[in-house]
Amino acid sequence: MKKYSSFSDIQSDILSQKITCETLVAYYLQNIEARNAELNVFTSVYADEAKAQAKIIDEKIKNGTQGKLAGLVVGIKDVLAYQNHPLQASSKILDGFISQFTATAVQRLLNEDAIIIGRQNCDEFAMGSSNENSTYGLTRNAQDPSRVPGGSSGASAVAIQADMCLVSLGSDTGGSVRQPASFCGVVGLKPTYSRISRYGLVAYASSFDCIGIFGNNVIDVAKTLEVIAGADDFDSTVSKNDVPNYTQEILEKAPQKYKIAYIKETLENDGLSALVKEKTLSKIKSLQEAGHTVEAVDFPLLKYLLPVYYILTTAEASSNLGRYDGVRYGYRSKNVSDLKDLYVKTRSEGFGIEVQKRIILGTFVLSASYYDAYYTKAQKMRRLVKEATDKIFENYDFIVMPTTPNIAFKIGENQTDPVQMYLEDIFTVQANVVGIPAISIPNGTDENGLSVGFQIASSHFQEEKLLKFANEISN
Amino acid sequence: MKVDKKTLENLAYLSRLEFDEKNTEKMLGDLNRILDWIDMLNEVDTTHTAPLAQMSAEINNLRPDVLKQGLSHKDGLKNAPKKDSDYFRVPKVLE
Repeated sequence: MKKYSSFSDIQSDILSQKITCETLVAYYLQNIEARNAELNVFTSVYADEAKAQAKIIDEKIKNGTQGKLAGLVVGIKDVLAYQNHPLQASSKILDGFISQFTATAVQRLLNEDAIIIGRQNCDEFAMGSSNENSTYGLTRNAQDPSRVPGGSSGASAVAIQADMCLVSLGSDTGGSVRQPASFCGVVGLKPTYSRISRYGLVAYASSFDCIGIFGNNVIDVAKTLEVIAGADDFDSTVSKNDVPNYTQEILEKAPQKYKIAYIKETLENDGLSALVKEKTLSKIKSLQEAGHTVEAVDFPLLKYLLPVYYILTTAEASSNLGRYDGVRYGYRSKNVSDLKDLYVKTRSEGFGIEVQKRIILGTFVLSASYYDAYYTKAQKMRRLVKEATDKIFENYDFIVMPTTPNIAFKIGENQTDPVQMYLEDIFTVQANVVGIPAISIPNGTDENGLSVGFQIASSHFQEEKLLKFANEISN
Repeated sequence: MKVDKKTLENLAYLSRLEFDEKNTEKMLGDLNRILDWIDMLNEVDTTHTAPLAQMSAEINNLRPDVLKQGLSHKDGLKNAPKKDSDYFRVPKVLE
């Protein structure tokens, strides 16, 4: 079977009976079989189930009763609940855990006849930028297996890169969808905070966490978003705003000329590689040539974004991860004599070192003597960052910047200095600190085929405009 | 150094974690490195800024309190590492 790079091609071939969902599933299973041992992308493959489901959907297609995602084969990051399937957030502490219910986003895909083909590796509890911190071992970049795929949703990006499924659902707390999308040369969207229900998403930092979408192109991502977004009885923070028909917006509305800002500090950043800078500048130039207005703006708060992010997310994580105690589910240490021991040994043996570090840091910034100096300070900074960002959007439709300062780095390269690893997310965290949507699209490669990403952000709930523009400028 | 060994021990106690000698060293090094970096926030004056705590625009999302069956008792116990027919089992708390 030929390689499909868009869902609309799959749908038209399914409807004209050139292919069936069964052959499609067999094709993806074959691709998984071919490279999964090497790249470590899927930690569970639901082969029999996917085949059985394909048969049922093929029958529906014959009768004309199929849902709008019939023929969409999806992989889900190991932080999304899927009833009666394993869920571990790539952590030993959830050893053997089986989901008791299905995340709203996953349920909505199933309701429209998408097929879930498996569960994807990630950094433990979505904490990481390289997919190296997982109880299942590291995931490799399919373009160059000596390099990381990015993280934390690294495997979800590789699954698209290596054609193991057509769309992946990941999660993005500080860049965990966009950064791996950039490293793997695929499209990755983080929608507005609260656009998609978080019901069934393993919590890391609840005021930042967002389900995100990976695909080969913007339209596939848009189509998935319009199915999974929207009000939900099970998440009291999810937005009740209507969900627009994004694909229609992209396909039917005439192109527009936009006012676009780029943040001067991003291109003057010390850590920015020459290659990424050059690709970003040439993209900006091509936007200007296409008739858009692109101007530099100052954003002196840029360097404070990551410290704000790390204070607030570790605080929230230390609280969210309190539930893992070895009593009700998951791993329990064998070496315990009393209850305190049970908690301490279980958590110390069950959590990896990066997760433990963040719990300790979060506990520190929330502790009585440091609460105001760190936690409250960061919340105040968050307001300043939000106001400064909103102000840019009073005059501009979009903010553009590189997704990451560098291309995918070598496995093991950023393991010694924690701050260096955190700096990988310097351009992606703004969207999470502020809650706005942002998308990474491919922007060329280096001489070895390693991808560079280009990031576009818009104001809250402007996904229609964002996706339309991203699609227009994708090459 | 903001976090010394004693502070770390207290934080570990509060978090129900423990570190051996080697991990204590690593934790202390990493935490202090991160805290030194984070301290740059003090360059910005936030005296007159209110903290931002809520990111969702949905406020007071209320619904009637309707009694519904969530997980069944049996399903609730399904993932337990140790249980009997009715309860999660843990080591004895009272002597």
